[in-house]
Amino acid sequence: MNAIIVSTLLGVVMMFCSWITTSAKAQRNIGLVGMLILIVANLAQLKGWWVIDFDTKGMLAFNQIGLFANMTLFILTFLYVWINGEEIEKVGNNHTADYYAIFFFILCGVSVLTSFDNLLMLFIGIEILSIPLYILTGSDKKNLLSNEASLKYFLMGSFSTGILLLGITFIYGATGSFHLTMPVVNPTTHMVTEHFLMSAGLILLFASMNFKVSAAPFHFWTPDVYDGAPTVFTSFMATIVKAAGFIAFIKVFETQRMALGFTWYIILSFVIVSTLLIGNITAVFQRSVKRMLAYSSIAQAGFMLFALYGNSIFNTEAILLYIVAYSLATIGLFAVLVKMKDYSFESFNGLAKQHPVLAFLTTLFLFSLAGIPLTAGFFAKYYMLNALLTAGAGLWLLIVAILFAAVSVFYYFKLVQAMYFTPGTPAINEIDKTYEFKLWVLAALILILGVFPSMLFNYLYF
Amino acid sequence: MFLLLFLLIPIFAAIALLFIKKEQSVNLIAVASGLLTLLGALHIILNKTGDFDASWLPILNSRFLLQADGLSKILILLTAISFPAIFIATSNNQTNQKNVFVSLMLLTQAGLMGVFLAGDALLFYFFWELALIPVYFLCSIWGGEKRIAVTFKFFIYTFLGSLFMLIGIILLYSNTADHSFLIASLKHANVSPAQSATAFALFFIAFAIKMPIFPFHTWQPDAYEQSPTAVTMVLSAVMVKMGLYGIIRWLMPLFPSAFLAHANMVIVLSVIGILYASFIAIRQDDMKRLIAYSSIAHIGLMNAALFTHNQVGVQGALIQLFSHGVNVLGLWIIADVIEQQTGTRSMKALGGISKKQPTLAILLVGFAFANIALPLTNAFIGEFLMFNSLFQFNPWVAAAAGVSVVLAAIYTLNMVQKVAYGEVSEATNLMTAPNKNAQGVLIVLLVIVFVTGVYPQPLFDVTADTLKQLFVK
Repeated sequence: MNAIIVSTLLGVVMMFCSWITTSAKAQRNIGLVGMLILIVANLAQLKGWWVIDFDTKGMLAFNQIGLFANMTLFILTFLYVWINGEEIEKVGNNHTADYYAIFFFILCGVSVLTSFDNLLMLFIGIEILSIPLYILTGSDKKNLLSNEASLKYFLMGSFSTGILLLGITFIYGATGSFHLTMPVVNPTTHMVTEHFLMSAGLILLFASMNFKVSAAPFHFWTPDVYDGAPTVFTSFMATIVKAAGFIAFIKVFETQRMALGFTWYIILSFVIVSTLLIGNITAVFQRSVKRMLAYSSIAQAGFMLFALYGNSIFNTEAILLYIVAYSLATIGLFAVLVKMKDYSFESFNGLAKQHPVLAFLTTLFLFSLAGIPLTAGFFAKYYMLNALLTAGAGLWLLIVAILFAAVSVFYYFKLVQAMYFTPGTPAINEIDKTYEFKLWVLAALILILGVFPSMLFNYLYF
Repeated sequence: MFLLLFLLIPIFAAIALLFIKKEQSVNLIAVASGLLTLLGALHIILNKTGDFDASWLPILNSRFLLQADGLSKILILLTAISFPAIFIATSNNQTNQKNVFVSLMLLTQAGLMGVFLAGDALLFYFFWELALIPVYFLCSIWGGEKRIAVTFKFFIYTFLGSLFMLIGIILLYSNTADHSFLIASLKHANVSPAQSATAFALFFIAFAIKMPIFPFHTWQPDAYEQSPTAVTMVLSAVMVKMGLYGIIRWLMPLFPSAFLAHANMVIVLSVIGILYASFIAIRQDDMKRLIAYSSIAHIGLMNAALFTHNQVGVQGALIQLFSHGVNVLGLWIIADVIEQQTGTRSMKALGGISKKQPTLAILLVGFAFANIALPLTNAFIGEFLMFNSLFQFNPWVAAAAGVSVVLAAIYTLNMVQKVAYGEVSEATNLMTAPNKNAQGVLIVLLVIVFVTGVYPQPLFDVTADTLKQLFVK
């Protein structure tokens, strides 16, 4: 509860921040301090030092995993803002404080999504998360692409929310309750009693959640929106927002999937395979790095969906590690991309000659996304595959997964090739030492998790 | 503890080299690190060194376990000899950013040593990849004209193979009683015969691509041709041994029944590969491609001998792991010297080297004999034992594989004749003073060829314990 209340308050504070100061730098610093306060507030609840608590009538339930997910997402947001602070100020004209307010509202949505215990709260959480995103997407007001992306996202998003609501209604019709309860198990056969309204509702819910995490065949909005949105905000959408979507997705279907019986595995496998296929294969043919990263984010969603296959602690660990590994690398890549003058692969030509450090860091981020050992991405993939195998998935699914992992190497390494092996002059803006240092911090985190992934989980169990 | 230090020598040298630009110091550090590693390797072989065992990923129960048995020792020796030899022989070559080049080479060496020492499957996987990534950069930056596409093919091919192996590792690991990646635990994993066969296939694909055996070999000749010669030497002398090492270290003990069940298929594939590569080698004009195909044929023979699961054959392959490395290294160094001095690798354009540089020609003849496995050379011992085992397995298979010896004589002697004898060609006329460094290295290698050819007992002694583990219950 701490996180929800504190983030809302901070959002309101940021809204009125321009009364106190009009300097963008001061507003950014206030925002950063706010993030820290939020992190500490959540930590206080995690450790039980100080908890705001009142009876939510079972609408919300806080557990270790949810709070820990909050923790990781808040820290990732902090890193994101810390690195991209100056770029955020450049978007639009002087709305810095508003953007921070929006971030806090989104984080409020994130905290609801990690703790809901009721489908209505799921709906509210998703709305709190989505509406600020529509604004962020369109925040580059003079840019037509940004406006188009925003409108597209808004229309598609509302449509999917409609589907979500319909699904919730069906489930209410079947069970008479909005609560996430265990499905009814027949005591003699030990089989879950299937109810057509329940199944229909869950499948609608499944479709709408797939939309939120941009899994195929509900991914069509992703490339356009990610491409059209200002690059700094794409970074935020592709990482923290997506991760929150996954946590909610898993929370809903952890128990409810049993009501679908075997059908669940069929539809899930279908979505996984099509997401991997469309994401990876389309990414290969992209000419713009930004669009390639959009498809790569679809492809990575395919890997993250593996966490839905089983229902053990392995899956939770796997998705948390994957979220962290994926977000760190993606934030890093977008932070480099933001400094480029244009987003084609060619503009990276010869980067290794001119900025060896930057090229090395970019390579490291790409390695992590591709799952090369010694980076966090490797263990993320390892944990996912392990969870999948433990959950009893067929070996074919694992083989499909690694085949597409090899395809992903193809397009990630295209960038490495441009930087290291193609001569040319990179179209890049000035980069100062502080910025490089910030990227080094991300790289260090990736390497540390790549050698000791258990560091992350030490905090999960205590 | 010594094993860890041993592994860290090339890594520290590699890091140091990133900050040193002067060419002379670069060469000095490279050679010093190489020789220090060689001393370490000799220490490991001659004295008994304890295992290095530390907890690495407690949550997965993976251990940082380094251990050296006979199999590891012989490959460590090969790696430790190859790298200083390569550094000395190529020290006069012009290379841009030589410090980075050498640094990546040393990282490759560390990866290879790790592969040969790792006693834990996950650690093995780590080093397996660590050895690959520097090679990717080495070939893509310093390689030939088509380097980027060719190296990329090589990289994706091997990366895919290693991912298959990763699934195999997870499959076994999730069925072990004590959730551990150690060989001993994986060996007793509670898997059904069908699962065991699947895991066998997953591991085998990774090793088959790395060796490579037919039909997974398509990356190899291109990669060898396009890589800078120093890297080609590493690839063909040491790196292909990773695949064979994997078979002896992992496949044989972990999947005894699946190993025997698939022996026929694998041996037939290997023999097809041997003949196929030998016939193509006859048609080559480019020295580098000829040696590459010849290498495929030799590796195929070793693989076939391993899959006979016959003590004699495995012994032969263990010796040949070392001998083939030394021989092929010698041939590559000669090819490199010739290319550096004449600017061509085409055998048509060469000729009459014996008149310009008699020492080089004699060395070439020596290594050519070793490549054909004439008696008194080291390759004879290994090949004799391997053919012996193939004959026991099936005389027809042995006969088919035996044709490759004749073919090897044809293409190797043909090369010697065209390159070393005949009229002095225009290209050969360009040859200047002999490359003293390379010749010194070649002489040392040739001494090894003949000494181990006449008195191979030390090699038998080193590998005795591996054989014992594999064949004595």
